[in-house]
Amino acid sequence: MGLLTKMKIIKKEKLAQNSGIVIIKLEISSPLLSQKAKPGQFVALMLSEQGERIPLTIVNSDPVKGTITLILQEVGLTTKLLAKLDVGDSLYSLTGPLGHATEIKNYGKVILVGGGVGIAEIYPVAKALKKIGNQVIAILGARTKEILILEKELKEVSDQLLIATDDGSYGRKGFTTDILDELLKKEKYDLVYAVGPIPMMRKVAGVTKNYNVKTIVSLNALMVDATGMCGGCRVNVAGETKFSCVDGPEFDAALVDWDTLDKRNKVYLEQEKHICKLHNL
Amino acid sequence: MRKEPVKIKEKEVSARIGNFEEVVLGYSEEEALLEAGRCLQCKNPTCISGCPVGINIKKFIYEIAKEDYKAAYFTIREKNDFPSICGRVCPAEYQCRKACVLSKKGSVFASPEAINIHFLERFAGDYGAKHNLEIPIKKEKEFSKIKVAVVGSGPAGVCCAGELARAGIKVVIFESLHKSGGVLRYGIPPFRLPRDILDYEIDYLKKLGIEITLNHIIGKIKTLDELFNEGFNYIFLGLGAGVPAFLGVEGENLCNIYSVNEFLTRINLMSAYKFPEYHTPINTGKHVIVIGGGNTAMDAARCALRMQKMNGITPDTTILYRRTEVEMPARRLEIEHAKEEGIKFEFLVQPIGFNGDEKGFVKKIRCLRCRLGEPDSSGRRRPVPIEASEFEMDCDLAVVAIGLQANQVLTKVTPQLKTDKYFDVVVNPETMETSMARVFAGGDIVGGEGTVIEAMGMAKKAAMAIIKQH
Repeated sequence: MGLLTKMKIIKKEKLAQNSGIVIIKLEISSPLLSQKAKPGQFVALMLSEQGERIPLTIVNSDPVKGTITLILQEVGLTTKLLAKLDVGDSLYSLTGPLGHATEIKNYGKVILVGGGVGIAEIYPVAKALKKIGNQVIAILGARTKEILILEKELKEVSDQLLIATDDGSYGRKGFTTDILDELLKKEKYDLVYAVGPIPMMRKVAGVTKNYNVKTIVSLNALMVDATGMCGGCRVNVAGETKFSCVDGPEFDAALVDWDTLDKRNKVYLEQEKHICKLHNL
Repeated sequence: MRKEPVKIKEKEVSARIGNFEEVVLGYSEEEALLEAGRCLQCKNPTCISGCPVGINIKKFIYEIAKEDYKAAYFTIREKNDFPSICGRVCPAEYQCRKACVLSKKGSVFASPEAINIHFLERFAGDYGAKHNLEIPIKKEKEFSKIKVAVVGSGPAGVCCAGELARAGIKVVIFESLHKSGGVLRYGIPPFRLPRDILDYEIDYLKKLGIEITLNHIIGKIKTLDELFNEGFNYIFLGLGAGVPAFLGVEGENLCNIYSVNEFLTRINLMSAYKFPEYHTPINTGKHVIVIGGGNTAMDAARCALRMQKMNGITPDTTILYRRTEVEMPARRLEIEHAKEEGIKFEFLVQPIGFNGDEKGFVKKIRCLRCRLGEPDSSGRRRPVPIEASEFEMDCDLAVVAIGLQANQVLTKVTPQLKTDKYFDVVVNPETMETSMARVFAGGDIVGGEGTVIEAMGMAKKAAMAIIKQH
């Protein structure tokens, strides 16, 4: 594949749109990344010279086609602008694969919890864990039915699929953590892997600590370079400062200082609102 | 012969603190001639020994004095591919100027009488850039088949690449970020090193046939073995220092506490000072505290002050340093500039913690007073905290500029690469070759936190060793 086709969007799909939530799937040509990316890793990308560098998890990589797949929810200016790009458009920069890959081995019985766009991030991990012989139970959560993503894909790579929606429009009414608690009450599991909004991951950590089950979360701290250089993504883990980008993004859920992470992730909320308004987005 | 050094023209303080434009304006032709005329043209020029890349200082100053600026430019370029950069960022007062015979002896840094070698270098460099002077390439046939991969496009990487390319060797630079220049780009603010100058000097590399591949993080996207398998004969690692050090005190992860790397990267690399035209945000504060005494601390403080000014806040930026002004490792010129611009200094102060509000934003910094004790391993007197001297300062934005550590992204996945206890790469100091055959290294990844020109000195040595080995 030639130089010119790198970082080009070759497929775009709107996965969900409802009550202000928009989730987009992009397939991007990047032959080298597609060969190297492993489950759990992410990329840093920019849309223009003026743009921000943002991290996004690699949801799938296809070395035969030479592409990687990203799934994003429109949140700030950069994700909103990214969602506006069309097939044929190119990114300004794309770097990866960053962060440690998920440790894929036979744990035994594994529960994966995905909330909102976090479902996209548990998908590659579920796929890899299933392939190596784990018994995989996936719990998916969304605010409402229309914004639940990748149900079909996760069904294919899990032994059991359970769904919760906040409003009860699909699956069970309530939270993923309700289901998680019930499962853990009944049986012993070997690993819980959770990705979603901070409040969800924090709740997962709260539930699993009662059952003494190893719990891994993938953190979504704010980053700039995403290569270990700036320390903007630092989190307290077991009382130590760790960088999400190079020490993570996965950490033991029981050891994460959620309060600091939550507050640090809100540092630029006002600027974000302001710049979105300027762009009429 | 004129005795008084020719003062460099600078922007008025009021005209500089509201923007990021260059502060030091450089010598005019007349001024350069006057300053060059002060050089004694010593029989045994000691200044040259003070230059890490061995520029023939005596010769280029003589050429300036003879109004042959072109010759002066080429004389510098024989040893240094980046005169316009080094003329701006070299801590000359610790190097060539300190070695100048006119400098009074016994001081840690050069006295004002020393020839302003760096300003003359800048004059010659800018003359060359302005007239687009191109240095002839000596393409030696025997090297035409060699390919070298350079990892990192900071001072060490670009210098090594330049040396090799001028010998006719094919060089590909791999840079992890979306722009080249390394610390020159993300670390040094535009008011010290304007971006058009940096771009010119790096573009010059492309004229030498060097290829720069951006967005490639070696160790992740490719391993060193893979680079060798792709046909590279040698690899040079100019990885930089990379990882910011923190104080390890309570409250350090509160909001609005930045590492100096993050603060400067947002401003310099991402142009956050132009938000919202550029999309990367950065916060400013009413009471900004910068902790540290190096060049990056000065840069951060001066950026923070400009951010305050540009946001309509009455400038209030203070640098805290554990020792006194004499021990500060920063360039004297930067300390002077910081003072002129209204940066406050608190010496002999050591932070012990931060207090925040309910939203998690920093509000106060807690410190201890210090006194100077016995010299430590660096030869500087060690700061000793004074008991029961605790005090607080208002602080709604803090920048921690206390040093850097090695980035281990590449070394961790390359066990053949021997590192020391600081995770710096171990090299043979004669050749800069690492424990891995045909892999060389230079710059901060082998020596902690040096200067731009020291990194270039190491890179040059490595380039020579590569050429010789071949």
